[in-house]
Amino acid sequence: MISKQLILQNWLWVILGAAVLLLVVLPPVLPIFIVILLTQGLIFGLVAMSLDILIGYTKLAALGHAAYFAIGAYTAAILATRHAAGFGFCLFSGIGLRLMTAAIIGLFVIRLSGVYFLMCTLSIAMCFWGLAFKWTQMTGGENGISRIPRPNIGFSVDLYNNLTFHYFVLIFFVLCAVLIVLLVRSPFGRTLVGIRDGESRMRVLGYNVWLHKYLAYIIGSTFAGVAGVLWAFFNRYVGYTDVSLYRCMEVFLMVSIGGQGTLIGPNIGAFLIVFMRNLVSAYTNRWLLVIAIVYILTARFAPMGFIGYLKRFQKVRGGI
Amino acid sequence: MNSIITESVTPALECKGLTKRFDSLEAVKEVNLRIEKGERRAIIGPNGAGKTTLFSLISGLYPVTSGSIRIFDRDITHLPSYRRTYLGLGRTFQITNLFPTLTVLDNLVIAAMGLQRMKFSMLKPLSGYRQINERASEVLESVGMAEKRMRVVKNLSYGDQRQIEIALALVNNPRVLLLDEPTAGLSQEATAAVTGMIGRLDPQITVLIIEHNMDVALQVAKLITVMHQGALFAEGPPTEIRNNRHVQEIYFGTED
Repeated sequence: MISKQLILQNWLWVILGAAVLLLVVLPPVLPIFIVILLTQGLIFGLVAMSLDILIGYTKLAALGHAAYFAIGAYTAAILATRHAAGFGFCLFSGIGLRLMTAAIIGLFVIRLSGVYFLMCTLSIAMCFWGLAFKWTQMTGGENGISRIPRPNIGFSVDLYNNLTFHYFVLIFFVLCAVLIVLLVRSPFGRTLVGIRDGESRMRVLGYNVWLHKYLAYIIGSTFAGVAGVLWAFFNRYVGYTDVSLYRCMEVFLMVSIGGQGTLIGPNIGAFLIVFMRNLVSAYTNRWLLVIAIVYILTARFAPMGFIGYLKRFQKVRGGI
Repeated sequence: MNSIITESVTPALECKGLTKRFDSLEAVKEVNLRIEKGERRAIIGPNGAGKTTLFSLISGLYPVTSGSIRIFDRDITHLPSYRRTYLGLGRTFQITNLFPTLTVLDNLVIAAMGLQRMKFSMLKPLSGYRQINERASEVLESVGMAEKRMRVVKNLSYGDQRQIEIALALVNNPRVLLLDEPTAGLSQEATAAVTGMIGRLDPQITVLIIEHNMDVALQVAKLITVMHQGALFAEGPPTEIRNNRHVQEIYFGTED
């Protein structure tokens, strides 16, 4: 009884542990193209998780999240190709620049709520799209930035090997996931849920709601920056499509299909969409139609996403 | 009307010329209100009289159009809502405003963190903060809901939710407490429970209560203020209010 309760209370850790174990053990025996998709899934899982902090825990529907992830990607790409910067420098610059832009944009958008917030974040993201597309000197414009070298981290580790790179990404994923789970379970994380559930109540309980949202926005964006840097080195190419409206939608869908406010859900959504996108594309180029149908079905039959659908069968539940 | 002017002790709450305009609608008009320390005051008035708007002005959820608000002689007219909480103001809501997806205990824990610095702590699990959890349990016990601590709020009865509504406001030991229709929509039994709870509050706490139920208002307060169309209409002890013909007309209808 007690152990059952313990597992229920720590189900986030249990599932995370199991998933990571699978991702450690399985890749060597899987075909390499599956491993590559898994790596992609991890990177987008990280983006989706970081977005879940905003959507699922704080009720900040940041539609432009994916485009901000491109800031990390472009920073890393530019530094690595033109300035031969090391991985550490790329990572910290990517995160740092992302943090700064989030801090500035946050000042303007956090005051908005609901659909206004959504549209405003999207339009800012589209400004970045414009920058990526037009600022040819810096971003390569239409051509993007290609031939990004995989980082050299020494110890004769060959990151050009896709299996090795998978483990490289996995390490960052686990680090970030642990930090995000800790955040969600911390007092601060709980205040975010409070804001989601009852913003005006929080204000009369002594919370500066704006500040909490602002911090959440910066934190969520920073994790997206980490994913962006990894994406640049994984894909070895960054282009304006990474900032496109479609990318923004896609990440948003990962969170809502998987189940917002669960952290696990967005990861499921990310893996699902990454795999479907690649498998479906092999047969038809009507991928957008397929994802639209999936989204409509989710909205109709599982509005709280996949995890939300499962939870309906689990009667007793306390907290998050 | 202004017959109850007490000596110049600092009032717990004082509104002067308080006005709130939404476009062309004047929801609150030139309200002058003075509540003494430890006083229990009821505000009554028909729907749309501006009672809840008045509360939202005092608690800082709406900006004031003109006029001033003071708590214990400190001007709070332009302070943000959360700062007023630090000064000892607490309020509840007419439309239940809790954290529905969390447990009862977690609801109180959030309230207990409100004035603590640790609310910004991001790595240590919340369960590790013993003082906060103890304070939350203590308040739960005092309102007699300890056995429901692990229940998710949205699954509780409406009556229980109304009690938690008050409990949340009590966690941070407010000096001035605004209760917005605490018994709205409750059964007689639940009304008695909530009324009892208000009656047992520390007499040091100044309580301002909006109440539609005259019996509750009479039980809780010694002075009643009547609001009508955004303005103060009458003020006096319950019997006087009850016999005031104008009040009867606007509030009870014209029948006897």
